[in-house]
Amino acid sequence: MPDLAIIIPSVLNGITTGALYALVALGLTLIYGVLHIINFAHGALLMLGLYAVYYLKARFGIDPYVALLIVPPAMFALGYALQRGIIGRASHGRDENILLVTLGLAIVIENLSLFFFRSDTRIIDTPYSFETVDILGAFLPLPKVVAFAGAIVTAALLWLVMARTDLGRAIRAVAKEKKGAALVGIDTDHVYAMSYGLGIACLGVAACLLLPSYYVNPQVGHGFVLIAFTIVVLGGMGSFVGALIGGFVIGVIEAMGGLFLGESLGQIGIFAIFILVLIFRPTGLLGHRV
Amino acid sequence: MRSLLFLFAVFVAIGAAPVLIASEFWLDVVIMTLYAALLGQAWNILGGYGGQFSFGHAAYFGTGAYTVAVLQVQFGVNPWIGLVAGGLTAGAVAAFIGFSTFRYGLRGSYFALVTLAFAEVLRILSNSVDFTGAGVGILIPLERSLANLQFASKISYFWLIWTMTLAAFLVVWWIGNSRFGARLMAVRDNEEAARALGVDAFRVKMGAIVLSGVFSGLAGVFYAQYLLYLDPSIAYGPAVSIESLLVPIIGGMGTLFGPLLGAAAIHAVSEFTSEVTGDAPGISLAVYGALLVVMVTFMPRGLAGLVSRLGARRGARALAVERRHA
Amino acid sequence: MLEVAGLSKNFGGVQAARDVGFTVPQGVIASLIGPNGAGKTTLFAMITGFHRPDRGTVRFCGEDITGLSPEAIARRGMVRTFQLVQPFAGQTVRDNIAVGAHLHIASRAGALAYAGAVARKVGLGDRLDIDAAALTVAGRKRLEVARALATRPKLILLDEVMAGLNPSEIEAVIPIIRAIRDEGVTVLLIEHVMQAVMSLSEHTWVLNQGEIIAEGTASKVVADPSVIEAYLGKGMAERMRAREAANA
Repeated sequence: MPDLAIIIPSVLNGITTGALYALVALGLTLIYGVLHIINFAHGALLMLGLYAVYYLKARFGIDPYVALLIVPPAMFALGYALQRGIIGRASHGRDENILLVTLGLAIVIENLSLFFFRSDTRIIDTPYSFETVDILGAFLPLPKVVAFAGAIVTAALLWLVMARTDLGRAIRAVAKEKKGAALVGIDTDHVYAMSYGLGIACLGVAACLLLPSYYVNPQVGHGFVLIAFTIVVLGGMGSFVGALIGGFVIGVIEAMGGLFLGESLGQIGIFAIFILVLIFRPTGLLGHRV
Repeated sequence: MRSLLFLFAVFVAIGAAPVLIASEFWLDVVIMTLYAALLGQAWNILGGYGGQFSFGHAAYFGTGAYTVAVLQVQFGVNPWIGLVAGGLTAGAVAAFIGFSTFRYGLRGSYFALVTLAFAEVLRILSNSVDFTGAGVGILIPLERSLANLQFASKISYFWLIWTMTLAAFLVVWWIGNSRFGARLMAVRDNEEAARALGVDAFRVKMGAIVLSGVFSGLAGVFYAQYLLYLDPSIAYGPAVSIESLLVPIIGGMGTLFGPLLGAAAIHAVSEFTSEVTGDAPGISLAVYGALLVVMVTFMPRGLAGLVSRLGARRGARALAVERRHA
Repeated sequence: MLEVAGLSKNFGGVQAARDVGFTVPQGVIASLIGPNGAGKTTLFAMITGFHRPDRGTVRFCGEDITGLSPEAIARRGMVRTFQLVQPFAGQTVRDNIAVGAHLHIASRAGALAYAGAVARKVGLGDRLDIDAAALTVAGRKRLEVARALATRPKLILLDEVMAGLNPSEIEAVIPIIRAIRDEGVTVLLIEHVMQAVMSLSEHTWVLNQGEIIAEGTASKVVADPSVIEAYLGKGMAERMRAREAANA
């Protein structure tokens, strides 16, 4: 049994990793929790965001944290266009169709990326990439600590938008009662597209905060899709706080799993949880009882 | 009965391939098309006829493949026995997944996601465990003989896949013409109404997923014996899962010949894109993805749906009769 | 045939059924009426296994079937139709009915043939091979009945089978229901259409806010003041009587 000196840093690392997962999951929480769209393209779109941040740094020398001003708005526009132009048209009323369409989009995006960017893994070099912060005796990489803060700020911003702005009210209205919302004059297509765009913008934020401590290649999205879904399901399908907490929990479980079971097997813990939660408590740990 | 005769006619025609095709390359294309049709028909049983979309069919494929490979390489068991074992273990995995999900009423998108998770779990497990060769995978030693389920001639492999695929198509024909199939489709179209008529939805879905798993497993066995190499991402990775659903969706879910049409279409597309782009990485897969988006959006009934437009004309005439009565 | 006793169900604070009890004898056409929201469909759902009652029992042909699954109850001879008709879309009328027929007939050919016969009984014989989704509302209602009938039930529960039909369509369905009873199947109707209740029902129970407030023959129940008040509001019975007295 490893002693506390190993466990605590592992837990803290897990929490900061979990924050990154939570960032990815926040967008999915909005898209699935509110719109009931299973966005299979989530990982692929994250990957696009990561490439964008990468090229901004590699070609133009723009720091990822500065790219926060560029990438999220661009991703928002992309998301809006995708929902309005493709996803929205394909559903024909069936949930599974959206699943298939976003799967198709994911395949297209990933493979076009493979074609254009080739399969090499790339990382960026920033002056702070290897700086660490000492917390409770654990030396946590600075980028991950920044990501942790970023996740909380993003969640707070999302909550503000949903609770206090007209757009947020419209989104909630459409999520609850689509026909009624249309009857009172809300342009539901536009609202759906705005919501999807917002969710993808979150991925842009995630990409900016993630790349300094991570890497990018065309397959990088795969690892995040199921984890993001697990967090959404765990956290209650629509609760941002739930997604944050879910992210931390998953991060810690992964760290613990890695500690006790080894790198590769550690991931199994996450999927096992996903399966169990879906089977026994599909509204998540924080969701309402169905 | 007419449709059964037609089915046999089609397969007899396909059976002429080794006679008509001299080129090894093109025979291989036919073999891989039949293999894709088998994968797709297996998915079709659960997805097209049963209405449960699985995103993790690799779970059954990989299990069948690993079973025949491991039994041969680690335990020296004859691959013909391994073939049967592969079908059975794949069916057992399907029964397990089916039981866990259907018992608790998991449906629709949740079901799709959970099947994906199961496939991933199997991939991770096979990557970490020694007897599957972990990340390195399994290489089946080359030893071509009938007893060894390996063949020197592609023609023999052709007959192997032809037989497996015919079996799958016969089962699907039976589904379309039996009480089991009628109940399965009723559950697909409206589970509540079906239960109100005495259909045990759980049992029927279990039957479908096991049948589906068995045939996917057999496809895995074929793959292992044909290509003689397996690793976790080949066996349990997303490629097989995606191909399994792409084929029937393009060809027409819930139809007998959909998977054949879909397999042929996909191979035609893949040959065409190879010609045009010269095997650039990712392009043909990107085209598949685009096809999926296009089919789901504009042709949800697939290529077979185009064919049944003739049926629609019959329906319109009947509707005119209806209107006169009502 | 069907004995319901003490059935109660609470949905998140709303008491949908409160100690409901009644007995349907064999071979009759009985009906359950009441204003909207009275809990009639909830009762059907509990009797046929779609919802578990909080309290109470349901006995069918002497056997306690409370809490059994819908398919198990259907196999014992009690089936229901749905208020919101649910055809198996994309399948023909014949195939739809055959699903019901398969409860007792294993062979495909046999089920399809029996489906044809049942279809003719309800007047769908000329539309057997069209897509069920292409039927008119009246056609779909008949399909619901035909599907349930094909299971050779002992008791059939018809949930608002007349809803959405115009007067001539209603007139056409009434003899079909009578014919069902004449063949030996007991019928329990939920109905709003009083024309149908008056001509068909031999026993009637009135449900209001989850409780049975009256029972008897249709004409007796319709004149009952508490029933009138349930439908038309408090004091209506008084006012109606006063007006009749004034006009006399």
